[in-house]
Amino acid sequence: MADFWNFYAWPTIIIVLQIVAIVVPLLVAVAYLTLAERKVIGAIQLRKGPNVVGWFGLLQPFADGLKLFLKETVVPSGANRGVFIIAPMATFVLSLVAWAVIPFDAGMVLADINVGVLYLFAISSLGVYGIVMAGWASNSRYAFLGALRSAAQMVSYEVSIGFVIITVLLCVGSLNLSEIVLAQQGMWFFIPLLPMFVVFFISGLAETNRSPFDLPEGESEIVAGYMVEYSSMVFALFFLGEYANMILMSAMTCVLFLGGWLPPFDIAPFNWIPGPIWFALKIAAVLFLFLWVRATMPRYRYDQLMRLGWKVFLPLSLIWVVLTAGVLVATGWIPVTSR
Amino acid sequence: MIVEALAFYMFAAVAVASGVLVVSVRNPVHSVLFLILAFFNAAGLFVLVGAEFLAMILVVVYVGAVAVLFLFVVMMLDIDFAALRSGFIRYLPIGAMVGLVLLSELALIVGAWITAPEAASAFGAPSPDAAKIANTHALGLVLYTKYAYLFQAAGMILLVAMVGAIVLTLRDREGVRRQNIGEQLARGKHNSVEVRKVRTGSGI
Amino acid sequence: MDAMLREYLPILIFLGLAIGIASVMVAASYFAAAQRPDSEKLSAYECGFEPFSDARHKFDVRFYLVAILFIIFDLEVAFLFPWAVTLGHTGLFGFWSMVAFLGVLTIGFIYEWKKGALEWE
Repeated sequence: MADFWNFYAWPTIIIVLQIVAIVVPLLVAVAYLTLAERKVIGAIQLRKGPNVVGWFGLLQPFADGLKLFLKETVVPSGANRGVFIIAPMATFVLSLVAWAVIPFDAGMVLADINVGVLYLFAISSLGVYGIVMAGWASNSRYAFLGALRSAAQMVSYEVSIGFVIITVLLCVGSLNLSEIVLAQQGMWFFIPLLPMFVVFFISGLAETNRSPFDLPEGESEIVAGYMVEYSSMVFALFFLGEYANMILMSAMTCVLFLGGWLPPFDIAPFNWIPGPIWFALKIAAVLFLFLWVRATMPRYRYDQLMRLGWKVFLPLSLIWVVLTAGVLVATGWIPVTSR
Repeated sequence: MIVEALAFYMFAAVAVASGVLVVSVRNPVHSVLFLILAFFNAAGLFVLVGAEFLAMILVVVYVGAVAVLFLFVVMMLDIDFAALRSGFIRYLPIGAMVGLVLLSELALIVGAWITAPEAASAFGAPSPDAAKIANTHALGLVLYTKYAYLFQAAGMILLVAMVGAIVLTLRDREGVRRQNIGEQLARGKHNSVEVRKVRTGSGI
Repeated sequence: MDAMLREYLPILIFLGLAIGIASVMVAASYFAAAQRPDSEKLSAYECGFEPFSDARHKFDVRFYLVAILFIIFDLEVAFLFPWAVTLGHTGLFGFWSMVAFLGVLTIGFIYEWKKGALEWE
């Protein structure tokens, strides 16, 4: 019996507590990201943004959540019930489980797997399913069109994200995310790999269906795209999943290019602040860029979006992969590793 | 380790069950979704034998790319699935034969393992110790040097696939207006605006 | 080996927990909110029209072409992962080996560009 407690029960309880410690702050962050988005865009457009519920509108996300919770779950009669319900759940679940491998500080990671980057790449390549399933299951033209656009868009930018990740891996020699962060102790990768950082950020916008790549939603032409038939909590799951994906994309940007939990300079006032706080600050900075872009840029046209993905980013990142590898091999800076 | 055994039986059972459902459910989209579930469980089994790189690649390539294409096809092509289904009996012999060949091949491999235990040492590249080297590295060490020719052959196959896909699916459409960015940027004041003196009351 | 698998256990538990959270959220809202469906509410949204027909249609073949090209480039990326982490060991030979591989695929890429497979209209 003591064996049972020592080997199975306690580790499981600890893992569950760690998961709760990731999920709860994440969901709170998502809630406040929606508020921050409205506040930031409001400020950019010289408006106030939500300011009625709570002080400075601080309780607004919870009011929104409660409202959605108490709405009727409408499943259209022509819809495929099972797939219709599973689609938003898939989006939400994927956006949560990706956080299992994100390192918050040295050794502070839930699952320190060898192939962390590949795991994130795999999860982000699955993001397309929630949307395609939703579009098909709704049996509505707008939803279907939105899903189709979204699927083609997400797969197009997935390729350049893959090549960008390769350039970072060349400089690290490991697929483990903690190793990737530790390899940036001398210099954050966004300095030597600046063009790839830009490509990654823009592809991240496209991958999370954010403005200016929000054609799948395109509220002025196809109403809300794949989400048009959704209401109540199933809609809320899509919403939460999408914003959690935004935070995840920012976290990936930080881990790959902005030195993860590392302070900008390893000297006195900076390294007093603990790693997770640096990490959160960097994520917040990248998220601000996401919001800034949304408030500033007009929406892309579909053919322009495809051209940017296939004819600009793909060749550019491919050339950069060969260039990076060539420079590293020629100068002998290439890391020699076995993990 | 009991957790490992439990996980194995769970993955294996779900993989087999969803495999059966792929061919037995009525709705083709549900078929593809079960196929994806089967892939996931196969990935889980890969992780259990220590092949974490292959597990992730299985998810990235098969679930993230190949199954997306399948889903596109079954969702958006108006294939008459009732008609396809009626051919079930007709194609049964061929299907059964292919299945039989695969089964006997599997039996041969497993049989050779049992009758000739020294077969394991005949590996081209024996699997290295997972504690010393991650299997992504182990793969990379041989794939691009020892098996360089096969690697190049893989590149050729991808090239053929790319050309084939374009030859088979690309149709030029008539009367499409395309955006020519070079032309747009080259356009300036001199070739788009003309200043004319207009006499009052006469128009142009 | 065991140490490696131990790292994957949290992911499995996380997956189960996340599915649990999502189901509970949907189910709780379903029971907490009043459900009064009627036929108008349940019909697909179509700007005030009755939906004419099934929404699932044939689509432009370009979407399939994009999916096929994506598979090919995804495989290319899959080949790059082990190469990127072992380039320190395989050195110049590994580098040129990959350059040849990418060169072959670049020929295909140029072909599709020239053929107009990357054009959208």
